[in-house]
Amino acid sequence: MVAMDIPRSEPVVRVRDLVKRYGTREAVRGIDFDIFRGETFALLGPNGAGKSTTIEILEGYRERTSGSVSVLGVDPHEGDLDWKARLGIVLQSTGESGNVTVREQLTHFAGFYPAPRDVDEVIASVGLEEKATTRIKALSGGQRRRVDVALGIIGRPELLFLDEPTTGFDPEARRRFRELIRRLQGEGTTILLTTHYLDEAAQLSDRAAVIAGGAIVASGAIAELGGEDARTPTVRWTERGERRQLRTETPGAVVSELVRRLGHEPEDLEVARPTLEDVYLELVAAGSATEVSS
Amino acid sequence: MSTTALPLRAVAARRPSALRLGLSRAAYEIRSYFRLGDTLFFTFLFPVVMLAIFSVAFSGAGLVGVNGQPDPVNGISMAHSYLPGMAAAGLLLSGVQNLAIDIAMEKGDGTLKRLAGTPLPVLSYFLGKFGQVLVTSLLQLALLLAVARILFGVPLPTAPEKWVTFAWVYLLGLGTSAVLGIALSGVPRSGKSASAVIIPIVLVLQFVSGVYVTFAALPDWLQNLASVFPLKWMAQGMRSVFLPDAFAAQEQTGTWDLGTTALVLGVWLVAGLIACRFAFRWIRKDS
Repeated sequence: MVAMDIPRSEPVVRVRDLVKRYGTREAVRGIDFDIFRGETFALLGPNGAGKSTTIEILEGYRERTSGSVSVLGVDPHEGDLDWKARLGIVLQSTGESGNVTVREQLTHFAGFYPAPRDVDEVIASVGLEEKATTRIKALSGGQRRRVDVALGIIGRPELLFLDEPTTGFDPEARRRFRELIRRLQGEGTTILLTTHYLDEAAQLSDRAAVIAGGAIVASGAIAELGGEDARTPTVRWTERGERRQLRTETPGAVVSELVRRLGHEPEDLEVARPTLEDVYLELVAAGSATEVSS
Repeated sequence: MSTTALPLRAVAARRPSALRLGLSRAAYEIRSYFRLGDTLFFTFLFPVVMLAIFSVAFSGAGLVGVNGQPDPVNGISMAHSYLPGMAAAGLLLSGVQNLAIDIAMEKGDGTLKRLAGTPLPVLSYFLGKFGQVLVTSLLQLALLLAVARILFGVPLPTAPEKWVTFAWVYLLGLGTSAVLGIALSGVPRSGKSASAVIIPIVLVLQFVSGVYVTFAALPDWLQNLASVFPLKWMAQGMRSVFLPDAFAAQEQTGTWDLGTTALVLGVWLVAGLIACRFAFRWIRKDS
C-alpha cells in the first residue's frame, strides 16, 4: 500500500453516527467526532459508557452495527497490515505470562514495523532502564503497564490509541508519562486517550468528548466542556441556620445585595466556580439520566 | 513531498517479510518455551521420564518376544519395546498438547489480542509455532534416543531405510499433531481451563493407541476405534523403525502397513488444516 497522505484538513479519525449493539443493548448510540492530525483527543466517561467499545471499533477489534468510521483514511473493518503498521495500540488490560525480558519483548515487537523507534530510547522514555533485563512477569502492575505503553509507541505510530494508559502508575511514573506524551505530540503523533484522571486529560489533550450511556454529552476544548452554563459560579451562605445556594453570572452583585439585605456579613460565605471534575460529574449524571428515561 | 511532511512517515521503509518475522517468532517462542517449568516437564521431558519409569519398573520381566511372551533368545528389553510408543507420544505432546494449551492460553491472556493490533502476519505467527514445535520435538527425540541407547542399552537401527521411514513418519506425524493442536486450541472456553480440557484427550488417546499398553493386547473393538485416530499410526510407524521386523506379526494385519500410516496421517493433516482455517481467530470479535 502506498502511504496515503491525508490532507491536513481531513481528520485522521472520522466517526459518524456510530452505533454498536450487543443483542438488544445499545452500547454506543450514534456518536460523531473527528480527530485532526497532530491533535490529542480525550474520550472521557464512566466505566461502561462505551469508551472502550468505541476505541476498539476504531482499532479494528470490533465490528460496528452501523455508521461510518475512517481511521487514517481506511475503514478499520478493512484495515490491512500496512494500516496496522501506522497505528500504536495500548489496550486497557493485559495479563500475558511475560516470560521474556523487557528488552527482549520490545526488540521482538520492534521487528514487526518498517521504521521502529530505538529500543533503549523507548525503554528510557517509560523509565524502565533499570528493569530492561528483568522478565516482564516479575514487574509490578504499574511497571507492566509501562511496558504496554512502550509497546504501543515502539513502531513509531502516526496514530496512538491509549486506553486508560496510566492505571497503576505512581505519581513519578505519571509525570514521566506526561513528558512522554508531550514529546510524542512534539513529533506530530495524533493521540486518542481515554482516562479516569481528569487532570491528566486537561493537561494533555487539546479537545475532549464526554461519553455517557453510549452518547456524547459534551465535546470541545477541555476548558469549555459543558458550555458557559456549566461554569456558572455558585454563591453559598448560611442564613438562620439554613444552608443556601444560588447559581449566578454576577456573584459580586449577589453578595453585595446579600450583605445589604442581611445588614451584616453573611455566615459561611463562599463563591465557587465549578472545577473540571464538577462539570464532568454533572455531565455524566445528566447523560445517564437521559439513558434511563429513553 | 511538501514542507509539512511529517517526520513520522517512513515512506521508503517496508515491512519485514512474513518469513523473516516467522523466524523471529520461532526464536522468541523457543526461548519462552524453555523458560516455562511446567511445559518443560509435562511436554518436553514427559516421554523420557515415562520411558525411564516403565523400563525400570518392568526390568525384572526380562526379554520379551512377539505378543509379550518371554523370549530370552530373540526377545527385546522393556525399554526397547516402550521406545517407539514414547517417540510417538512425544510427537503428540509437542504438537497437540503443547500447541492446543499454548494457543488457548494466549487467546485467554491477551497475547493474541496484542499481536492482532500489530502488523505481524498470521502466517508468521504460525511459522513461529511450527518452528518451536519442530525444534523442541527434535531435541526431545534426541534426548529420548540418547537415554534409551546410553542408559538402557536399546540398540538403534542402522539400516538407512529405517531412518528414511523415521524421517517421514516424524515429519508427517508432527505436522498432523501441530495442525490438530491449533484446531483444538479453540475448544477450551478459557485459557485457565485449557490444560484440564486438552490433557485428558491426549492421555486417553495414548492409552488406546499402544503407547503405554501393547496395542495387540487391546480388545478388537478398541483397536478398531483407535485406528481412526492418528496416534495409533504414528506409534505403529515408530515400531516399524525401532522394533525387529519379526514384531510386525503382532500388528493388526501382520505387517507394518506403512501405506495406511501415510494415508491416515495425510487425511488427518488435511482435515486439521481445514479445521484451523475455520477455527482460528486472532480474537473473538464481539465477545
